[in-house]
Amino acid sequence: MGFFLETLMGGLMSGMLYSLIALGFVLIYKASGVFNFAQGAMVLFAALAMARFAEWIPQWTGVQSLLMANLLAFVAAMAVMIVVAWLIEKLALSRLVNQEGITLLMATLGITYFLDGLGQTLFGNDIYKIDVGMPKDPIIVGESLFQGGLLVSKEDLYAALIAAALVALLALFFQKTATGRALRAVADDHQAAQSIGIPLSTIWVIVWSVAGFVALVAGIIWGSKLGVQFSLSLVALKALPVVILGGLTSVPGAIIGGLIIGVGEKLSEIYVGPMLGGGIEIWFAYVLALLFLLVRPQGLFGEKIIDRV
Amino acid sequence: MAKKIGEVILEVKNISLSFGGVKALTDISFNVREHEIRSIIGPNGAGKSSMLNCINGVYQPQQGEITFRGQHFKHMNSRQVAEMGVARTFQNLALFKGMSVLDNIMTGRNLHMKSNLFLQALRWGPAEREEIAQREKVERIIDFLEIQAYRKTPVGRLPYGLQKRVDLGRALAMEPTVLLLDEPMAGMNVEEKQDMCRFILDVNDEFGTTIVLIEHDMGVVMDISDRVVVLDYGKKIGDGAPDEVRQNEDVIRAYLGTSH
Repeated sequence: MGFFLETLMGGLMSGMLYSLIALGFVLIYKASGVFNFAQGAMVLFAALAMARFAEWIPQWTGVQSLLMANLLAFVAAMAVMIVVAWLIEKLALSRLVNQEGITLLMATLGITYFLDGLGQTLFGNDIYKIDVGMPKDPIIVGESLFQGGLLVSKEDLYAALIAAALVALLALFFQKTATGRALRAVADDHQAAQSIGIPLSTIWVIVWSVAGFVALVAGIIWGSKLGVQFSLSLVALKALPVVILGGLTSVPGAIIGGLIIGVGEKLSEIYVGPMLGGGIEIWFAYVLALLFLLVRPQGLFGEKIIDRV
Repeated sequence: MAKKIGEVILEVKNISLSFGGVKALTDISFNVREHEIRSIIGPNGAGKSSMLNCINGVYQPQQGEITFRGQHFKHMNSRQVAEMGVARTFQNLALFKGMSVLDNIMTGRNLHMKSNLFLQALRWGPAEREEIAQREKVERIIDFLEIQAYRKTPVGRLPYGLQKRVDLGRALAMEPTVLLLDEPMAGMNVEEKQDMCRFILDVNDEFGTTIVLIEHDMGVVMDISDRVVVLDYGKKIGDGAPDEVRQNEDVIRAYLGTSH
């Protein structure tokens, strides 16, 4: 029982991390109707910026404390992500107003390659590490309940808490503010949004900045776990089944989807894996997503699309 | 009716628009006076919507110019036109389907929100108070259009006639000087048409909004318009009061066909 719960916890927490990446996809899709292929590249880019600034800032300014250096690096990296958002809007999106979703998708594919290259040109292509002082040592809880208690990674726990807070914040932003409303309006219909005077370009810069912010947070958490290197941009691939499962248009969907994938992966690896010769963690998420597509193409919480004939 | 029709507010001069080899509009000129209901009619494909889209800044005509209160419209996009006080509704509904009726109409207040989009994002101080003030205006529009009961319903779930009303509401929320209506009564039943007519007349009457209306239904147009422009194959074939237009030979021919 204790072992099962431990696996479950591990799954939930890695699921939360998948959710964090999936959130980036959902945000941009909700707010501009674009499936942003560049989300993974943005995570890498943001993480690179963070890692390098944290290294450079003490050299430039002589700041001693780790916390201060990290805070400054965070601000600097966020500023860089806002500039990236602004450039994406100016150079790509503003020329593609009222185009088909597929055209915009292709544009984000281009942005992916560009950001991959630019990030490594600006910040270097070695393996860097991000150290934001996340405690690495595990804690043991519930010793009175089980023999030996449950082993929980503190790092994962913090990461999960940060992700949860981020989600709550974004949900409020979308549902309760005038800007959030304008964002949803643009997502529904560019033409109509323009005709009532919503400034498309400002809105897009905001959306991409918010996605940049999410990418930065995801980049820091993943980066401090895995190290900052090119393969970081591939974690976005893990978020794809999450998005399919949860629905592209739903913030809660991204969370629940992430948790299901995380838990499913871990449990299946432990309990089903041995029967199939192991290693099923790698493909389990994709198969699950595939099955879901057959039954609920719009995902768990996505909006069902009904066409009037 | 004793309403005051004022000076010319919108002037369309020698507009020509073509898409590749297809001439959508050829040398169209007409004007719109303040507070009047001005209709553009014509058979299918006459170029009515193209004309409206030129005024709205969606299309840029190759020739001619549009002047609104003395300002030229050249090279303006829809948003800039909206900022000048021109609102529109759409022929094929372009509502924000996933959003509630209230939210849809609230988006129409966007231009009237003074605080910065970033402040709004945080819902900070002035932005919060502003939201409440705007909400009051929107509630008045909701009352006016008699859609109180559907305030929180996602627009996509409403029947077509009501969606058209929300579309009108969103445009009204902008408090426009000129309101462009693209076939507001298309696809409606008689009852819904009567309601819509009433709203259009009330808007014109109570708020003094100048209305440019595109419509298929001749009966409706002749009843509520002050003056009518008739287009056929992208050319203007008639212009004047409803009664004059009804007598116009060209117009009759365009609508009934000719015997050769």
